[in-house]
Amino acid sequence: MSKKKRKVPEINSSSTADIAFLLLIFFLVTTTMAVNKGLARRLPPPVPADQKTEDLKVKERNVFVVLINSDNQLLVQNEYMDISKLKTKAKEFIVNNDDDPNMPEKSVVNIDYFGNVMVTKDHVISLQNDRGTSYSKYIEVQNELVAAYNELRNDLARTKWGVSYEELDESKQNAVQKYFPQKISEAEPKNYGGNK
Amino acid sequence: MGRFRDSSSHEMPAISTASLPDIIFMLLFFFMISTSMKEVDYRVGIRPPEATELVSLEKKSLVRFIYVGTPVQKYRSQYGTESRIQLDDAFAEVSQIENYVVAERSAMPESDQDLMTVSLKIDKECKMGIVTDIKQALRRAYALKINYSAIPRANSQF
Repeated sequence: MSKKKRKVPEINSSSTADIAFLLLIFFLVTTTMAVNKGLARRLPPPVPADQKTEDLKVKERNVFVVLINSDNQLLVQNEYMDISKLKTKAKEFIVNNDDDPNMPEKSVVNIDYFGNVMVTKDHVISLQNDRGTSYSKYIEVQNELVAAYNELRNDLARTKWGVSYEELDESKQNAVQKYFPQKISEAEPKNYGGNK
Repeated sequence: MGRFRDSSSHEMPAISTASLPDIIFMLLFFFMISTSMKEVDYRVGIRPPEATELVSLEKKSLVRFIYVGTPVQKYRSQYGTESRIQLDDAFAEVSQIENYVVAERSAMPESDQDLMTVSLKIDKECKMGIVTDIKQALRRAYALKINYSAIPRANSQF
């Protein structure tokens, strides 16, 4: 009984390419390239039904009112304004460099890395819209307001550490956030007349 | 000087295709990593608004979507051309959002429930009326983390 060494036949691999192609095409068809991105916001908690809607006492100088009407026009601090100027105006308001009595009051806050600094910590940007406002305008305005905060934070990070806000570590980011707290309030919906 | 060879007597060697599967697999892995599965079949047409200050949604499992837009051609005869809400694979009313969000949240592991984000995919031509209604419904359902879906603006001002 002589055992011959038999050669194991090689598996034909010419079809692996086809199998891989099949898989590839499957993934091409069922998936989408688009990454989900958007403006992250936080809604205020609901008002309890039995609570009377009493207006919070916020000094008038601390509130930056942005109104959008149903024709997508902007009224900022009782002035008609083009959207291109909104960001600069909002930045001026948040920083209040000259301690203007019509701008938000500053108070001393102790923040890590910065020590005692004057911050407009009570300011509020109030955004109100009509039911007829278009969504794209609303997002545009939201975007400008968020951009105002982001630019301020970036500037601060650059002057203090020489890097952009995103490159800072978490504790430094928190300090910067404390310096410029983002306060955009979306008011309770009201119907300002006009068509519903 | 060189001599010309007789080309007819010379056969072209076959190109080896042994590495073809590897190349295709490479492509396959690229697509598997860089793309994401479709969430649902859209019943409403959505052209997202443009913005510059975008953040990306991190964990897919924590995100639920609400779509708002005009119904696509197929459903127009039935649902008209007004802006409609779509939850998962069906049209819905504003009143259903609260229940939907609560149900989705309770299906999540308890540790993740506070982290749930609702992504609003809304057509840019929509009116704010319906958006406000949705926001109110989300507030009542305590789904306070939201994300207005948008695409990066091409010609940014910076």
